[in-house]
Amino acid sequence: MSLHSSLEMHIATRQQEPVSPDTRDFVFQIDGVSVFYGGFRAVRDITMDIVPQRITALIGPSGCGKTTVLRCLNRMNDLIETARVEGRISYHGEDLYDKQVDPVEVRRRIGMVFQKPNPFPKSIYDNVAFGPKIIGMKDDLDELVERSLQNAALWDEVKDRLKDSAMSLSGGQQQRLCIARCLAVSPDVILMDEPCSALDPIATGRIEDLMQTLKDQYTIVIVTHNMQQAARVSDMTAFLTAEIHEEQDRRTGILVEYDRTEQIFTNPTDERTENYVTGRFG
Amino acid sequence: MPSTTSSTTPLKRGLRASRRQSLADPAFRWFLTLTGLSVLLVLAWMIVSTTSQAWPVFEKEGFNLFFSSEWNPGNARDGTIQGTYGGFQFLYGTIVSAALAMAFALPLAIGIALYLTQLAPKRIARPLTYAVDLLAAVPSIIYGLWGSLFVVPMLLPFMNWMSQKLGPWLPMFEGPVRVRNLFVTSLVLGIMVLPITSAVIREVFAQVPRDERLAGFGLGATRWEVMRHVVVARSKAGIIGGSMLGLGRALGETIAVLLIIGGNPRSEFRLFNTSQTVASQIAAAFKEASPEYIRALVALGVALFLVTIIVNVIARLVVSRLGHVTGDAAL
Repeated sequence: MSLHSSLEMHIATRQQEPVSPDTRDFVFQIDGVSVFYGGFRAVRDITMDIVPQRITALIGPSGCGKTTVLRCLNRMNDLIETARVEGRISYHGEDLYDKQVDPVEVRRRIGMVFQKPNPFPKSIYDNVAFGPKIIGMKDDLDELVERSLQNAALWDEVKDRLKDSAMSLSGGQQQRLCIARCLAVSPDVILMDEPCSALDPIATGRIEDLMQTLKDQYTIVIVTHNMQQAARVSDMTAFLTAEIHEEQDRRTGILVEYDRTEQIFTNPTDERTENYVTGRFG
Repeated sequence: MPSTTSSTTPLKRGLRASRRQSLADPAFRWFLTLTGLSVLLVLAWMIVSTTSQAWPVFEKEGFNLFFSSEWNPGNARDGTIQGTYGGFQFLYGTIVSAALAMAFALPLAIGIALYLTQLAPKRIARPLTYAVDLLAAVPSIIYGLWGSLFVVPMLLPFMNWMSQKLGPWLPMFEGPVRVRNLFVTSLVLGIMVLPITSAVIREVFAQVPRDERLAGFGLGATRWEVMRHVVVARSKAGIIGGSMLGLGRALGETIAVLLIIGGNPRSEFRLFNTSQTVASQIAAAFKEASPEYIRALVALGVALFLVTIIVNVIARLVVSRLGHVTGDAAL
C-alpha cells in the first residue's frame, strides 16, 4: 500500500485540476478500434476520446498494445506492411483513416517522440531544422531552431555548439533534442512512446517538467510503463491489459478503464485496474 | 578421503598447462601468423618482380610512359630498349571507360540498393538480391561475348541517332560511329561492376537504424524524403566506398573490354570511337610480343597498378573523412 499512498501524494501535489472532458472538443475520438498484424489481433475494441491540451497517459503491462494504440494516432502503423486498423479514429472530427487523408500530412501535425532517443547523425542545428527544411520553410530557420530548442528547454545547454554532432549530447539532452525537432514543425499533438525509459531519474525529471509546460500549447499522449510517471504527469489515464490466448501464446490488448488520472489511481472502478496500480498485478 | 583429493588435485592440474596445450597453441599461432604474412610476401614479390622486369623501360621513358602517346614497339632481344613506349592513350582509355562505367552503374546501384532495403517486400527482395549477386558470378568472357554480339548491334541505331543529334554541339558525341567503341564498353563495364557496387551500398543502407527512419517519418517526411535525407545522407561514405570497389574492378577488367572496345586507341574524347585500355592492350599484344615488348607491357601493367593504388588511397581518405563527420564507422 505504500506505493499507492505515494501515488496519491503525487496527485495531491499537482496543481492543475483536469477539466472535465465533456466540456471540450476532442482531439481524437477512438471508436471500436482493433489493430491486426497479419492474422493476429494486437488490440481490440478500444474506445476512448482524447482531450486537447492535456496529457493523456496509456499505462498497462508489457504486451498490452499501448504502443500499438499510440502508433495508430499518427498512422505510423501504415509503415508496417501487414498492419491493418479496423474501427474509426477521428482527428478533430475528421476520419484519420479516410482514403483522402495523406499519412504524411497526418504525421506533420501529430509529432512523435520515441522510446530511445533517435537524433540523426547530423549537427544539433540540422536535427532541429530537418523537419522545417522538408516542408520547405527556409525563412527564419535560425530563429525557429532557437525557439524550438528553447521550448524544449535545451537552448541554454547547446546554444554555443549548435554545429556539434547531436551524438555528442547525453541521452537526456538527445531526447530533448528529439522533442525540439518535433516542435519545429509546429505539430498540434505530440505522441510520446515511453520517452524516459532510456533515461536516468534526473533526465526523466527534466522531461516531465518539460511536458507540463508543453501542454499549454500541445495535446500530449504518452505511453509509459512507469505508473508513478503517469500519476505525476498525466491528466487522463487509460489502463490497458492483455488477454492471453493460451492456445496460441499470443496477447490481445484491451482497454480496461479510462478516466481522470486521479480517479484511476485513487478510486478505480475495475478490479484489474486497482490490482495494477497498487502493484498487486503479476 | 575423496573430498581431499577432489579439492586439491583438480586445482593443481587446472593451473598447469597440459602438454597438449603447450605444444598445439604456439604451433597454431605460428601457422596463422604465417598465413597472414604470406599475403604481404606475395604482394612484395609481385611488386619487386614486375618492377624489375619493367625497369629498363622506366629508365628509358621516365614520365613519357604516362604522358606520351607515341607507342612504337621494338624487337631487341639483348635486354636493351629500342622502341618508344608512351602509354598515355591506354591509361586514358582505362580511366575514361572505368569512370563512364561508374557513371552508368552508380545511379542504378543506389536505386537497386534503396529498392531492396527500403521498399521491396521480403518475398521480392530476397530473390532479387540473389539475382543481382548472380550478375557478379557471370564470367567476364560471357559479358564480352554478349556485349559484342548483342548489345552492340542493338545500340547501333541509338548511337547513330545520338551522334547525329548531339555531335554538332558536343565533340564527345561526334561521329563516325564505330561498331566497337568506348560507349558500349563502358555500358557493359557498368553492368559488370553493378553487383559489387550495389552490394556494398545495400549493406550500408541496411545499417541505417530503423529508429532514424521512423524519426524521419514521424516528422512528416515522405518515403522519398526519408530515403534521401536520412538513408542516403548518412551513407555517403559507404556509397563512395562501394563506387571505388566498382571502379577498381572496371579499371582492371580485361577480356570483356578486349572484345568490345575495338583496340585502336585515340587520345581525344569521342564516345563512339574505338579505344584501348591498359589491360586490353596487354592481353591483345602479349602473345606475339618480343622480349623487349613484353618488358614494356609489364611496365604498362605496373602503371595500371599504380593508378589503382592511387584510386584506393583517395577512396580511403574520403571515406574516413566522411565517416568522421557522420560518426559512421569507416568501411
